[in-house]
Amino acid sequence: MENKLDGNAAAGILQEIFPFEMTLVQATCAGCGLTNAIGALAVYMHGMGTVIRCPACDSALIRVVHAKGRYWLDMRGVRVLQISADVTPL
Amino acid sequence: MSEGFISQGFRGRRQQSDLTGRIPPGQYLERGFPVLSAGPTPHTPLETWGFSIGGTLLLVSGGSGIVPLMAMIRHRHKVGSTVPTLLLYSSRSYEEIIYRDELDRLTSGDSMLVVIYTLTGGQPPGWTGYHRRIDSELLREIAWPPEQQPLVFICGPTQFVETAAAGLTSLGYEPARIKTERFGPAGGA
Repeated sequence: MENKLDGNAAAGILQEIFPFEMTLVQATCAGCGLTNAIGALAVYMHGMGTVIRCPACDSALIRVVHAKGRYWLDMRGVRVLQISADVTPL
Repeated sequence: MSEGFISQGFRGRRQQSDLTGRIPPGQYLERGFPVLSAGPTPHTPLETWGFSIGGTLLLVSGGSGIVPLMAMIRHRHKVGSTVPTLLLYSSRSYEEIIYRDELDRLTSGDSMLVVIYTLTGGQPPGWTGYHRRIDSELLREIAWPPEQQPLVFICGPTQFVETAAAGLTSLGYEPARIKTERFGPAGGA
């Protein structure tokens, strides 16, 4: 349970990689099929990187590591990403 | 996120270092891009978070900024608090309102909890709610009067949080009673 944050904590690192506001992107968990906004997922951040997990089944949806000048992105836990092209500010 | 935890940033008890000691409680430390360079914040179990705040509670969220505020709303419900609570929640569209069904359920059985939506990017047919970005005009219209000394939590993208906080301050809200939590690239929407 330690270092459990909400998905908004991953906004910074995801914004470095994707050109969209990622907290509102809908991600479908490959483990249980639940669809949630990334901001509403669970995030664990530690020295090794960032792990984004499903709040329902705890499957790891996204792992991000920024090391040695590269971003390593493991997204095998995501079945579908739905990215809104709407850029209207909130 | 499942219920039970809020980030300690909101409690204002972030561990102090030379850098963070100058940041008001409840603020993520920003150092260039990205924000959140302060790294993970420890959490406070909501069980230890009291609602004996007196007065009123104003929650302002933009997009997924609802997530930590929702944890508070769930906890408030769980402990049977009757603190008058107003949630002002800005989304781009009706479909993007997170926890919409749950919020409907909670408000229908609780006259002390009011949720006001504003949809900035497009409204469904027949929408009678607000449809503009949160500014001081909108806040003046719906927020608690500052004389009630509400306790305020704001969470959302950086620009959203800054606009909302500045708006409330201009209405006479006491800055010390406004806690903010923001995310995303500095200055971005």
